[in-house]
Amino acid sequence: MRCRKCGERAVLNMRQHKLALCADHFAEWIPEQTQRFIEKYRMFRPEHRVLVAVSGGKDSLGLWDVLIRLGYSADGLYIGLGIDGGTGYSAESQKRCEAFAQDRGLTLHKVDVAEVEGATIPEASALTHRGRGKPCSVCGLTKRHVMNRMARDGGYDALATGHNLDDEAAVLFGNTLSWSVGYLARQGPVLEAHADGFARKVKPFCRLYERETAAYALVRGIDYIYEECPYSVGATSLAHKDLLNRLEAGRPGAKLSFYLSFLQAKEAGLLRTESQSSADVLHRCPSCGQPTSVPEKCAFCRTWDQVRARHTVRA
Amino acid sequence: MTAQLVLRDKTFDVEAGQTIRQALDRLDIVPETVLPVRHGKLVAEDELLKEGESIRLVAVISGGVEGFA
Repeated sequence: MRCRKCGERAVLNMRQHKLALCADHFAEWIPEQTQRFIEKYRMFRPEHRVLVAVSGGKDSLGLWDVLIRLGYSADGLYIGLGIDGGTGYSAESQKRCEAFAQDRGLTLHKVDVAEVEGATIPEASALTHRGRGKPCSVCGLTKRHVMNRMARDGGYDALATGHNLDDEAAVLFGNTLSWSVGYLARQGPVLEAHADGFARKVKPFCRLYERETAAYALVRGIDYIYEECPYSVGATSLAHKDLLNRLEAGRPGAKLSFYLSFLQAKEAGLLRTESQSSADVLHRCPSCGQPTSVPEKCAFCRTWDQVRARHTVRA
Repeated sequence: MTAQLVLRDKTFDVEAGQTIRQALDRLDIVPETVLPVRHGKLVAEDELLKEGESIRLVAVISGGVEGFA
């Protein structure tokens, strides 16, 4: 198989695009595509400051690499979750992020959850009923809170995450199976900022296959963490990804078509719901000041108050 | 006439002379989920497997994703 642009030996065949590229042209193609999506979905402009949430994985470090190559002013944010799982997962993730930033002279903000809130994510999960024994719920809640706070307090114009098309298609698939219309209405490449304190959130990789983001990290020599989060084993989203990949193998482009058709339906107004408008009514949390859908403490503050109270009793 | 495909801690002995994609299909590994790496370099799945060589398969799927986190 030969590169369509230069005729050299191709390293990746993207069957959904009928496009095979060599390493050099693939390393150029990814930033070109990313820039196209940034403009198409009006994510941010060249003069804007972007905060990239990095986990040490291929998607977030690849995204940071692309944004810097495109000339954007992009700082990183690493959130230390305190997950060990027998492999020192969080420690290894942090090392990758720090090395990436140091090698390129970039600014990396670090927030250690245990230092700030008094417990690691697995400890917090064990002390609450949230998530039925799995820490993913507390983890997601905490990451969203910290990311929003850091983006807002740091005066960033956008918070960028490394979600790829497989992530988006898996979430879409799950929400479609359960007809979670409220979630469907909110899913998209951009979540607009809210005057009450929600930072603007963007996903510049939302139309790139996970295979492409992984290939980009390999071609660029990015040292990312291969291990998955130990708590992701058995996650529903992984089962959905597997199903979608089996579909893709027989029908190239199926994942992309699924996601793009959804975005078109959304743009045509087919997903506007009552639940969407009620969710737009926001209150200010009396404890942390972040926006919340309820006229009392937000879910983050309620959860962590509970964790600290039980932590103290146990101690 | 064999080659090896290595995915995480598993090693698969496969016939040399076939393409990597053919070998993946026979092992019921969805090609979308892995990237073949030869001597540290990414290679396309239509490459022929050479006798005695070992190809590393990098898993592309990352962990659980929840909401916007």
